[in-house]
Amino acid sequence: MNDMTHDSYTTEDGRTIGGVVMEMKNITLRFGGVVAIENISFDIREGEIRAIIGPNGAGKSSMLNVISGFYVPQEGDVFYKGQKRPPMRPYQVAQQGIARTFQNIALFEGMSVLDNVMTGRLRQMKSGLLAQALWKGKAEAEEVANREAVERIIDFLEIQHIRKTPVSRLPYGLKKRVELARALAAEPSILLLDEPMAGMNVEEKEDMSRFILDVNDEFGTTIALIEHDMGVVMDLSDRVVVMDYGKKIGDGTPDEVRNNQAVIDAYLGVAHD
Amino acid sequence: MSDQLVFAMEVFLNGLMAGVLYALVALGFVLIYKASGIFNYAQGVMALFSALTLVGIMEGQVPFAHVINATFGTDLHHFGWHVPGFVAILLTMAVMVLLAICVQKFVFRHLVGQEPIILFMATIGLAYFLEGVGDLMWGSEIKKLDVGLPQGINLMIDETTFGWFGYGFFIDNLDIVATIIAALLVTALVIFSQYTKQGRAMRAVADDHQAALSVGISLNFIWVMVWSVAGFVALVAGIMWGTKSGVQFSLSLIALKALPVLMLGGFTSIPGAIVGGLIIGVGEKLFEFAIGPMVGGATENWFAYVLALIFLVFRPQGLFGEKIIERV
Ligand SMILES: Nc1ncnc2c1ncn2[C@@H]1O[C@H](COP(=O)(O)OP(=O)(O)OP(=O)(O)O)[C@@H](O)[C@H]1O
Ligand SMILES: [Mg+2]
Repeated sequence: MNDMTHDSYTTEDGRTIGGVVMEMKNITLRFGGVVAIENISFDIREGEIRAIIGPNGAGKSSMLNVISGFYVPQEGDVFYKGQKRPPMRPYQVAQQGIARTFQNIALFEGMSVLDNVMTGRLRQMKSGLLAQALWKGKAEAEEVANREAVERIIDFLEIQHIRKTPVSRLPYGLKKRVELARALAAEPSILLLDEPMAGMNVEEKEDMSRFILDVNDEFGTTIALIEHDMGVVMDLSDRVVVMDYGKKIGDGTPDEVRNNQAVIDAYLGVAHD
Repeated sequence: MSDQLVFAMEVFLNGLMAGVLYALVALGFVLIYKASGIFNYAQGVMALFSALTLVGIMEGQVPFAHVINATFGTDLHHFGWHVPGFVAILLTMAVMVLLAICVQKFVFRHLVGQEPIILFMATIGLAYFLEGVGDLMWGSEIKKLDVGLPQGINLMIDETTFGWFGYGFFIDNLDIVATIIAALLVTALVIFSQYTKQGRAMRAVADDHQAALSVGISLNFIWVMVWSVAGFVALVAGIMWGTKSGVQFSLSLIALKALPVLMLGGFTSIPGAIVGGLIIGVGEKLFEFAIGPMVGGATENWFAYVLALIFLVFRPQGLFGEKIIERV
């Protein structure tokens, strides 16, 4: 594996895209008779926004679940930062700095927005139990640092006004934003977003697009996202993987994908939403 | 002040003290239920098991002596040493943590995602298994437990109340200590769950498994931790109860008294467990005092259940639970 040494390049808008940080090799995932992913390979480069698109049931979420350890593929390997990744539980993947959101939103409904985002920082909390319980010195400094980081993210995503609101009372669009905030709080090296804009109105979609671009731009976070809205995908992403019935049918820049006949037939020709 | 009122006050205070013990057992239930959705029928037996283990360690009993003797024709009973109370408590806690690990590894790990009723049945199995193991390990005779907690009438209260009412209240020192320890325990639990990393993770797991995994929390670790904490609460309850009425197998029946407490307080509320425990404790003592003589006594056997039943009809979510509104 020497993919890390791939040439880096600079995009039109002046961002630097590095070498391959994650590579999926010949992944096959089956559920009984259903082949959700069939022998798919693709990579994600450092600092890029990588989109995964495809019709309903194409296997996009399954792919994200394989990356984040929620699904274990029957065949194939995952390489992270040039190393072959052993089979891992989802929490271990998260501890490696891979954060995610879910298609169906998974928030802590009983907690406030602030507490939800704070759980995103569990990985950064290091002090021992006793020190924490006694609330002294190092633990206190650590808590302050974590709170500041969380407040920055809350400001960044413009959700200050709902900081103390229980998540269960929020409308759908804001929940999606809180989920993104929690994922960001982990300061991930890779951020996986499963349909971050599904079910949103035009204005909310514009906000979310802006946040995703800003996260990528300001923190240099590598982002892999699934999205149905083709306009959004073409605007946001550096490269696109297209899936259909568990197979990869296209991979390239938005322009390349847009002009790929197989993609046009299988996906663009089909009406969605 | 009339004599009746003074007596009633004494009964009330004694009821509060009894309620503390119910609350402690109920607390163990709530902890596990909140974090894993498991209604742990074995909580009471865990209190018994911990008390048996504590006595066994203190007295230097040889565990499984019966089995060993029967198999090898030996005649072992005791190692011949005595372990100080404090050390024995620490060792017993280690045993409870080991139990938590085993319970998670051999039972509930394999039942993730099963129906609540299946999980409940598993804890019934666990309860009888643990009762059997406790018997095999330490024998079934009634044992005295004395870890050095003060016992007997509190003279200060006796004299003060005598000065006030011309009648001295009988309040057991042990009950006072139990109340203080229970209060400390609850405070510690609240601090733990609100301010520590592990506490936050525990609340996260209680709320949503998938979300918890996605922020890097190991469910297994949290569940072992929760069972350990519940084991610790059981140990505290076991020490109190064991000191008060001896360590015997009927101790596990206190688990049943925790049921009405939970119905009153709600299955997921720590304050509910405490308030529920106190209400049941006070309620059954006062009821026995006021009504008992008219109906031939022994109302303590059923009062708690009837109260809980009436309560269930009017407020099924418990005192502190959120109102259940059916989604349609
Ligand atoms: N946990 C599961 N158990 C069984 N089958 C599953 C599971 N998860 C996904 N599948 C199946 O795998 C296939 C791909 O599903 P997946 O959710 O990955 O599609 P998707 O591309 O994300 O679709 P959508 O756009 O509707 O979200 C589907 O046939 C689905 O039914
Ligand atoms: Mg999907």
